[in-house]
Amino acid sequence: MRLLISTALTTLVAGSAVAGEAAVGIDIPRLTVVEYHKPYVAFWLENTDGQIVNLAVWYDAKLKDNEGTKWLKDMRQWWRRTGRELTMPADGLSSPTRAPGTHQIVFDSKVTPLKDLAPGSYQLVIEAAREVGGRELLRVPFEWPPKAPVNLDVKGESEIGAVTLKLTP
Amino acid sequence: MNKATNRYLKLVLIASAVSMLSASAYAHRTWLLPSATVLSGKEQWVTVDAAVSNDLFYFEHNPLQLDNLSVVAPDGSSVAAENMAKGKYRNTFDVKIGQPGTYKIMVLNQGVFASYKLDGQAKRWRGKPEQIKTDIPANATDVKISEIQGRIETFVTSGKPSDGVLKPTGVGLEMVPVTHPNNLIAGEKATFRLLLDGQPAVGQSIEIVPGGIRYRDKLNDMKATTDESGTFSVTWPGPGMYWMNSSIQDNKSKIENAARRASYTTTLEVLAP
Repeated sequence: MRLLISTALTTLVAGSAVAGEAAVGIDIPRLTVVEYHKPYVAFWLENTDGQIVNLAVWYDAKLKDNEGTKWLKDMRQWWRRTGRELTMPADGLSSPTRAPGTHQIVFDSKVTPLKDLAPGSYQLVIEAAREVGGRELLRVPFEWPPKAPVNLDVKGESEIGAVTLKLTP
Repeated sequence: MNKATNRYLKLVLIASAVSMLSASAYAHRTWLLPSATVLSGKEQWVTVDAAVSNDLFYFEHNPLQLDNLSVVAPDGSSVAAENMAKGKYRNTFDVKIGQPGTYKIMVLNQGVFASYKLDGQAKRWRGKPEQIKTDIPANATDVKISEIQGRIETFVTSGKPSDGVLKPTGVGLEMVPVTHPNNLIAGEKATFRLLLDGQPAVGQSIEIVPGGIRYRDKLNDMKATTDESGTFSVTWPGPGMYWMNSSIQDNKSKIENAARRASYTTTLEVLAP
């Protein structure tokens, strides 16, 4: 799992970012609700032809008998486009849900999947669904490979907070 | 159930079947309504309501009889409905979705109905084809025999959709999906084909009604007509459950001197993008 430990560490190395990587930052909002469940989140890349590259899936992988797979379909666009063809848990792809706060996923461009990513226009798509809560989908368009460092951000309204995409050539 | 109730129910069934197939403003709608059509995870369940009603998808009239219910799994095997419950306005049952792929849940009603006059009195009859000659008196007049083929179905998919259950049987009015029935998205166009006795049903009219009329003014029903290949399309205006129905009357019954009325009804779930 290519997971960077904390936001502080990321800030420290921001000026001297590692060459050849894509870093996705996501803020899981802290919500004041009676019954809170950590959201299921799927991250994937889409090209202009609609082809999909899965990046990460956060779901309740710790439930016994893999019961957490029951709610994968609530990430409805991910489920329909790619999720229903996969078997969860998927090595290197799936991991447990995250608590409210900022999280980072970093991808080395010399390693799959970025290693085989053809040049072109893409969208980073993030879909989050929360038990007894709502669902939100965000898209971040970008060009690959980056010719210069790129910092992109979008902000969700309900289930997803700030999302950042940092690309370094 | 006593004899009087039995006869009453039979008449209600006849009335429902006949009125359903006419252009009458009082026609009732029959439907199966699954609790979900898209599932993930192993060994899921769906619960299905079966009802006859005016408004969709509300229980306000009669349950749909489940004597002719069958469930087919993705691998073609038969699945037994469980926990069947009979109520005033709906019948309900559970289906274990144990395999990945697409299940078809259906009620196939076949029957022969007749109306005739005996001594100036209007009579109705329902039974098996071989009983016509024995049950209907020789001095009956205005004998009208109808063979009714009614197919009511719905589809549920766990995991990746499959198409084994989508193959037609070649009997009556059937829908063969071109767009998989569990791949329906609001704003997108879906395409289906209607077959009559295995052949394209050309120029056939289809009615599509979204559920939820209780909370709005307009029915928002849509109409489509099949082309020479029996194909029609619909673009879903929004997510939700939709009722889709088509019926035809001709004389292609295998029963002597009988008209044939064939109908097809399905409940489709359209999801949000």
